[in-house]
Amino acid sequence: MSSPRGGGKERGGDGERQIHVLAVDDSSVDRAVIAKLLRSSKYRVTAVDSAKKALELLGTETNVNMIITDYSMPEMTGYELLKRVKESPKLREIPVVIMSSENDPDKINRCLEDGAEDFLLKPVRPSDVSRLCGRMRS
Amino acid sequence: MFIYTRPAYQFCQVVLQGYLDEQFYQLEELQDESSPNFVEEVVTLFFRDSSRLVANIDQALQKYPQDFRRLDNFMHQLKGSASSIGAAKMKNECTSFREFCNKENREGCLRSFQKVKKEHAVLKQKLENYFQ
Repeated sequence: MSSPRGGGKERGGDGERQIHVLAVDDSSVDRAVIAKLLRSSKYRVTAVDSAKKALELLGTETNVNMIITDYSMPEMTGYELLKRVKESPKLREIPVVIMSSENDPDKINRCLEDGAEDFLLKPVRPSDVSRLCGRMRS
Repeated sequence: MFIYTRPAYQFCQVVLQGYLDEQFYQLEELQDESSPNFVEEVVTLFFRDSSRLVANIDQALQKYPQDFRRLDNFMHQLKGSASSIGAAKMKNECTSFREFCNKENREGCLRSFQKVKKEHAVLKQKLENYFQ
């Protein structure tokens, strides 16, 4: 069970297993910050710099409890990644959180309507990570 | 276990002058025994990326006709990184630049970009002093 601070453990058949979050951001600064925020809440974190790399990892890694992705990325945006995940029978149950530095209501609503678990405005704060705690895929 | 913390007055100086905002403090709060140089590492990443973006924008501004969409894209990235480390003044100058970009005002972009570069250079100096 998650700790009140958002502790990254869940009960599995073989005992506690660390919750694994996939962080996607083309900015090295933002990637470092979001990874640190998540690791401070005791989550295991894999950070990649593109949606393409995220999909490659999701193709091989079965144990991802949440995806947290930047919206604006070259080649494939976070929104396009969200659509790909939600259209995949294998991946659709993984909650996807979108991050953006732009407070655009149309963009936010579109992401939420198309299945995003949450939409976080950058810079992301520890309180934002805390509120994701109960929404990881079990 | 000894954990070095920077003198509070040093941090306050940079904040009070308006260069850094609360986000920088949030980064300092994340620094711990498992990553004792976290803030310095993030700042190093920032200046590596921002220097590249500044050079890209410089180059893009020399081109004619101006590709304002490309300029705005570069500046969006720069502003985002600045915001992530709490570089308040620099973030504000980036916002001004984007406003000129949206109006396709090349002269405004050029003037604004000089301010962005100035804030970038000053911030770099201040943070180098801070981490010494």
